[in-house]
Amino acid sequence: MKGSLIAVEGLDGSGKSTQIYLVKRWLELEGYKVFFTEWNSSVVVKSATQKGKKRQLLTPTTFSLIHCTDFADRYERQVLPLLRAGYIVLCDRYCYTAFARDAVRGCDRQWLRNLYSFAAPADVAFFFDLPLEVALGRILSGRPKLKYHEAGMDLGLSPDPAESFRIFQGRIYQEYRRIIEEFHPVVLDATQSIEKQQEQVRQIIAERIDLAQYRWRILR
Amino acid sequence: MSPRQFYGTPPPGADPASLGGRLIVIEGADGSGRSTQITLLNDWLERNGHATVQVGLRRSTLVSAELDQAKQGNVLGRITMSLFYATDFADQLDNIILPALRAGFVVLADRYIYTLMARAIVRGCDRAWLESLYGLAVIPDVVFYLKVSPQHLVERNFQKKDYLDYWESGMDIGLSADMFESFIKYQRQIEREFTRMQEQYGFQVIEGNRSVRAIAADLQKRVESVL
Repeated sequence: MKGSLIAVEGLDGSGKSTQIYLVKRWLELEGYKVFFTEWNSSVVVKSATQKGKKRQLLTPTTFSLIHCTDFADRYERQVLPLLRAGYIVLCDRYCYTAFARDAVRGCDRQWLRNLYSFAAPADVAFFFDLPLEVALGRILSGRPKLKYHEAGMDLGLSPDPAESFRIFQGRIYQEYRRIIEEFHPVVLDATQSIEKQQEQVRQIIAERIDLAQYRWRILR
Repeated sequence: MSPRQFYGTPPPGADPASLGGRLIVIEGADGSGRSTQITLLNDWLERNGHATVQVGLRRSTLVSAELDQAKQGNVLGRITMSLFYATDFADQLDNIILPALRAGFVVLADRYIYTLMARAIVRGCDRAWLESLYGLAVIPDVVFYLKVSPQHLVERNFQKKDYLDYWESGMDIGLSADMFESFIKYQRQIEREFTRMQEQYGFQVIEGNRSVRAIAADLQKRVESVL
């Protein structure tokens, strides 16, 4: 495989999407072949995911499998061919998101790791680490209407969406800590300024990936 | 009664100790007489006072419509397709099979994980990956494999409709541009997979090239012994 895969992970509100967006802009403007993909965005699987969520038909297992189907569709049709074609592929959330969320919903951790074993591990994975209270504050102050599954309402933690979200995110945070121990992603302090974080991210990418080979071969 | 076993880790909330009932699986290719036999078996069970429920491929409320649609377009990769089917299976497992077993029903499965695994393996998916994925399946009380040779299957398929099914001919994997040849090759590969699984999973092989009645009587006798 000639390409490189860069993944960002972190709690909702950790600022990871902003950071990966800036990475994308940086690489594009520097003239590298880059492609961006985000969680839960396969067109083919979308209607099933939406129906399942809307009608609250999902069990922990089907929740996990339908997200994995979505992931696999993007992986087989975009990520893998792009990696083979020598692109830098940027993923806003990758396997860790499933490992964390699905484990909180009760799925077996080893089963989950086997389930996602078809996916190549990220060449560089970043975890944007933010204290739980700060992440909660960012989401709960800015976005008052929480979606059912986003708030983990299906777990029956609390009838109050905000309270449910707190407990749910707390458990996800615990799972992420376990994942960090296991996979050792680059952990960044997400309380720093956007610029400061981006500077570190770019430096690490430049160190770990030989960017020169990702220049466009065709004349543009 | 000892708690029900699963092939791997049971799905969250399965509570194996609570599961009674019976799970009877009939496997076999399209045209093997599977559906006919399930209908007859269902009648026989109900006549004898057993409550039954049926499950099968692409019957989940969650993804059956989407799967039908995906089959039309042939746009999904093999892993995606496998996972889509696994979602369909898990939906029926969590919402039909396990609750029915808990309530003491006889569950009749018109195909189970074995067909899904065989199809995926023939398409190049990793066996160990599939075994882990389907570790969430509850182990049936009995699995019947209605065995019909590819040559007989052709006759039966043409008897049913006037063309061979695209997917049952394995046309998506490009074994041959000739549909008949592709059908025979594909069904042979599936059969080989089933023969391999036969030992691993303890299938009871039912010779499918017999009269409907003879097979039905055979199945009833065998089912009786697990009830």
